[in-house]
Amino acid sequence: MQSLSRSLRLSLQKLRSTAPCSRYVHTEGTASSSSSSSPNTQPRTTSFGFKTVPEDAKESLVKDVFDSVASKYDLMNDATSFGVHRLWKDAFVSSLRPGRKGPMRCIDVAGGTGDIALRILDHARETYADRETSVEVVDINGQMLKEGFRRFKKTMYHNTPQISFHEANAQDLPSSQFKDNTYDLYTIAFGIRNCTSIPAVLKEAHRVLKPGGTFACLEFSRVNNPLLSTIYDQYSFTVIPLLGTVLTGDRESYQYLVESIRKFPPQPEFANMIREAGFSTGPDVDGGAWSDMWGGIACVHKGVKV
Amino acid sequence: MLNITCSTRTSSTLRSISTQTSRLIASSVIRDRQARHQQSGNVVSARFVATTPAYEGHIPLNWFENAFLAVGSAVMSLADPRRGDMIAALGETTAGPSLPRLRDQMLESAEGRKILKERPRVNSTTINMNELAEYREGTFGRAYVTWLERCGVTPDTREPVHYIDDPELAYVMQRYRECHDFYHCITNLPVSVEYELALKYFEFANLGLPMTAISAVFGPVRLTPQKRHRLISEYVPWALRCGGSAKSLITVYWEDRWGQNVEDIKKELGIVDPPEATWKRPLSEAKAAAAKRQRSAVFSTDKH
Repeated sequence: MQSLSRSLRLSLQKLRSTAPCSRYVHTEGTASSSSSSSPNTQPRTTSFGFKTVPEDAKESLVKDVFDSVASKYDLMNDATSFGVHRLWKDAFVSSLRPGRKGPMRCIDVAGGTGDIALRILDHARETYADRETSVEVVDINGQMLKEGFRRFKKTMYHNTPQISFHEANAQDLPSSQFKDNTYDLYTIAFGIRNCTSIPAVLKEAHRVLKPGGTFACLEFSRVNNPLLSTIYDQYSFTVIPLLGTVLTGDRESYQYLVESIRKFPPQPEFANMIREAGFSTGPDVDGGAWSDMWGGIACVHKGVKV
Repeated sequence: MLNITCSTRTSSTLRSISTQTSRLIASSVIRDRQARHQQSGNVVSARFVATTPAYEGHIPLNWFENAFLAVGSAVMSLADPRRGDMIAALGETTAGPSLPRLRDQMLESAEGRKILKERPRVNSTTINMNELAEYREGTFGRAYVTWLERCGVTPDTREPVHYIDDPELAYVMQRYRECHDFYHCITNLPVSVEYELALKYFEFANLGLPMTAISAVFGPVRLTPQKRHRLISEYVPWALRCGGSAKSLITVYWEDRWGQNVEDIKKELGIVDPPEATWKRPLSEAKAAAAKRQRSAVFSTDKH
């Protein structure tokens, strides 16, 4: 089994930043996927999957990706994760316990199709008999919001003040609409890695949260177990783009999605970024500032605004 | 190639390179096995399965991905026949040794060699319908335009080939896909499902691609019992007999034969007419449309 141990060694050693890619791309995005400091005349760049693109371009590239995946987003989530994403989202929302201390104003960013928003409202209603908690779903992509709106029409929250949909950029929430110190809970699930500048998103989150409010982020993260990581990589790069091809006819978008997972900063680094934005987190261990699910395939990062 | 700065406009090559980069990471196990095999066979080449694409749009697949896509595309083609890309993917993943065989058939004839050398493409930019309408009645060019009018189709761009590793075989596959309409025309069959299936039987007997067999076997499931009976009793015997005895159609350079008489072509290739088919539009209407096109072509300025 020489080849297997070799691949394990490879996954242990491999630099998650851009070392394999550096042979092919001229300017590199850093592992934190914020823009790199490039030579003087070069424009600021960031990563789009394994590619490096100008910063301004990333937003529209991501928009194209989500425009094309929107209609089958939920189907693809179920197909590629075998439905496990539902478990992750359930665990995520349960750990937040929305409604426990009375009605909350929540903002769910990059929440397009409304998975988290629906779970928050259901949790508040079922566990705490709370019908005053409200969620504002914010997404930069209109198509995804449309899908969310459609889904909410099938629920009891449609046409109530408990749910509303807004098209806005997480890095730059309009201050007229999203005032300072307003929300008790800010959630962003599987969205932050698609943003061009993570620190900007964290800064906005800090602005709109009330003091004492919680920032919670569910995201794909680093798998540290080498065996699991090998299997996970093989699955991600082999099966997921093919499922995208077969189910939606769009391989490129799903290739981008799996690549963007690899470019996202690992848990300690992201926890540090959260602290730098002004949040207070737990210690830098699993169970402290973050909590791994399924070995790190998904991970919940939490912070409290001081 | 390695020193270009990424820009979204030149992304297609880089996209495939980045795909390959991700594959390098993910396929290291498979790569090792391949490398060992190649080293033991004294092959100097360092090419592995997961490497830079051989042509634009090439997506290299290892055996598992190939099998996965074959099954997935088969299921999807049946579930949603409008997914042309899935039918194309099915053809490519199941082609196997049939493409080298077709390529060798092309190499054996002078006309086929010419096709492989010049690699003509068939799409709306390379086929000028107005020009073809000018040919005399009874010629292949005129017959083709009439057939297009009658069926209400255009020589639109077919899905490009992605999953064939050898560029020459990829071209053979592309050529087969693009000549499909010519086969319709020379056998005088319309585009409804039952005639498409008859043509698939014909293509299987003539060219031997596994995908034609798969379509032929599973396609009739979607027909009404009456149409299915007609297909099996009348068209399939014709298709198998005619396709089996005719010259291999992949070797025909259709674009060189616009002015040739259709009956002469059919005699040369060994094609006999199928049982009479029911068309969407009557021949008179199609002929009128073709004549109208000819007249408007006389007044247009963007020719010759």
